[in-house]
Amino acid sequence: MPPVPCYLTENKLIPRLSPEEEFPDLSQHNNHMAKVLTQDMYTKLRDRATPNGFTIDGVIQTGIDNPGHPFIMTVGCVAGDEETYEVFKELLDPIIEDRHGGYKPTDKHKTDLNADNLKGGDDLDPNYVISSRVRTGRSIRGFCLPPHCSRGERRGVEKMSVEALDSLSGDLKGKYYALKNMTDAEQQQLIDDHFLFDKPVSPLLLASGMARDWPDGRGIWHNDTKTFLVWVNEEDHLRVISMQKGGNMKEVFNRFCTGLTKIETLFKDKGTSFMWNEHLGYVLTCPSNLGTGLRAGVHVKIPNMSKHAKFEEVLKRLRLQKRGTGGVDTAAVGGTFDISNADRLGFSEVELVQMVVDGVKLLVEMEKKLEKGQSIDDLMPAQK
Amino acid sequence: MPFGNTHNNFKLNFKVEEEYPDLTKHNNHMAKVLTKDMYAKLRDKQTPSGFTLDDVIQTGVDNPGHPFIMTVGCVAGDEESYEIFKDLLDPIISDRHSGYKPTDKHKTDLNFENLKGGDDLDPNYVLSSRVRTGRSIKGYTLPPHNSRGERRAVEKLSVEALNTLDGEFKGKYYPLNKMTDAEQEQLIADHFLFDKPVSPLLLGAGMARDWPDARGIWHNDAKSFLVWVNEEDHLRVISMEKGGNMKEVFRRFCVGLKRIEETFKKHNHGFMWNEHLGYVLTCPSNLGTGLRGGVHVKLPKLSTHPKFEEILTRLRLQKRGTGGVDTASVGGVFDISNADRLGSSEVAQVQMVVDGVKLMVEMEKKLEKGEAIDGMIPAQK
Repeated sequence: MPPVPCYLTENKLIPRLSPEEEFPDLSQHNNHMAKVLTQDMYTKLRDRATPNGFTIDGVIQTGIDNPGHPFIMTVGCVAGDEETYEVFKELLDPIIEDRHGGYKPTDKHKTDLNADNLKGGDDLDPNYVISSRVRTGRSIRGFCLPPHCSRGERRGVEKMSVEALDSLSGDLKGKYYALKNMTDAEQQQLIDDHFLFDKPVSPLLLASGMARDWPDGRGIWHNDTKTFLVWVNEEDHLRVISMQKGGNMKEVFNRFCTGLTKIETLFKDKGTSFMWNEHLGYVLTCPSNLGTGLRAGVHVKIPNMSKHAKFEEVLKRLRLQKRGTGGVDTAAVGGTFDISNADRLGFSEVELVQMVVDGVKLLVEMEKKLEKGQSIDDLMPAQK
Repeated sequence: MPFGNTHNNFKLNFKVEEEYPDLTKHNNHMAKVLTKDMYAKLRDKQTPSGFTLDDVIQTGVDNPGHPFIMTVGCVAGDEESYEIFKDLLDPIISDRHSGYKPTDKHKTDLNFENLKGGDDLDPNYVLSSRVRTGRSIKGYTLPPHNSRGERRAVEKLSVEALNTLDGEFKGKYYPLNKMTDAEQEQLIADHFLFDKPVSPLLLGAGMARDWPDARGIWHNDAKSFLVWVNEEDHLRVISMEKGGNMKEVFRRFCVGLKRIEETFKKHNHGFMWNEHLGYVLTCPSNLGTGLRGGVHVKLPKLSTHPKFEEILTRLRLQKRGTGGVDTASVGGVFDISNADRLGSSEVAQVQMVVDGVKLMVEMEKKLEKGEAIDGMIPAQK
């Protein structure tokens, strides 16, 4: 890919002192950005801006303002537009490598949204697996991303997205609820369905400017059966979610792939496309979501397994990640965990969902063994 | 801000209708004034340091209203904001500061001897007295917009100036990012420590960026004179003590402020000031004197009297909870302070507090005895 033209905009007018005087104090910090950003790197990158005016300070502000997190190793930086990943590659490539299992600047990413390629996944035990969900994000080419977009851009994304979604039919037929026009009754229903996303309170998101102008340009679209859901202008332009109660991940993934492919076709008909390239796959706001942007997971009851001394080790080998049932920065409640794929980049969608399906099946078997007081040593998996 | 919001020229590719904020649910000074036409006129402008209209108004867009106070809904990013965006800010200033006109002149009077009385507020009612103001250092952009380097330079200059103070003002600086646990606990116990802003009013304006870098607290050994560095303004200067001797609090305030200003002038850094707006600060509500002189006073009976608000209005006073600007009062104890900042001098504003609080305490005592206060209702100041 040819170097993206970058130019010094009015940035030269923004009062700045020497690079040494401007370099952030990262001595108390523990996130990916803080591990990588040196004085020399900052000195080099601070004179650049993307064509839309996004600068290094915009990239790293969230990582400066959020030194670390008790449960997760945060990324500490965001993209303001598609070009960020090129203009600031000296910073972002090492972060991507560290975060995505050694992914190199020369590596190619594979996209596979053919649900038929998934083996099994329709028989996770519903006594343990309470719900199944697959989500991803998509960015619309030509618009800046949530940390940097203007109101006009955000509204443009909303308008285009709603037009595309309104043309879906069959079991995907649905309706858009703009956050700022929502009636109390609609709001209550969406809360009861666990669909409503609220104004971000996470300081990780707030510090990068993603909550500006809330709730303008934000909304939720869902199909009539409430199994396919799209968030507009939350952390990414679009978040696409397929979900249902129980353990039939195959069906969830089928619907996910069908819906996503239809939406992508509709955008192409409008003369736009999703941000994608053969190195980074789908381009999203947070570098942790590059590649597939896919998080497939279940809420699963594993009170015994989660207290086992080897729980973390098992998850690691299965390439899975645990979260509390409230989402990315919450704690687990009552032995019920959100278990999902840890990877995003360097594996296809089908491969990642396969890991979840196989891994959760194994975790449930282990839970059953532990319930009976049996050992799980012979079930320990190899590193995937 | 140094980042945030698409580059201003890029935004101009979108029509005014597409970029103009939705202010239909809003109730703040900015929302009352900013029409689409005004937005169209101002949106391609920026100050020399790159502060734009969207930067000015972002906090007001993100904070539609507040249950206790009519918020301003905009901030300055630098001294020039008040000039470049005067079409927006002049009407807001006029509305907020009782009709202050673009041609009016503001009077500065920091001569504490001009205050009459103020040394005898009843300490059975007046728990504490405090005077604060802000100062901005010329040549640097303001907290919504400044870079780390600028903020650090403001800190360095301020600490150098403060370290030259002696006598009753001799003190020490505690930078937030180097504070020991013991120091932190002591500052909390003294009610000196300011924490990272949580108010969405401040967060929406970008003032908490890079916290706690280059923020700190300086106070004198006697703990009666305190300076906050790089919180909502470059400097916040505070004089305080327990009890009702506002005269002494104001004396120390004026003397200390003068000393600080002299030291800054010696280093060729004056404070932002002009004869129209007085002292220039981040929030348009603090222009003029930037002064809030107030007491924590027990008024459980008067505060529940139907005429309480009317009395405050006539006395040109304002009530707050004892936790500060956007808190509720607890147990009948109120923070009572001057409502005005611009168009009257420091002495005049503290005089209003002194006279007004004296009257309210008398009213409280009457109400305690079950007597009426109708004969004491003051005229509009």
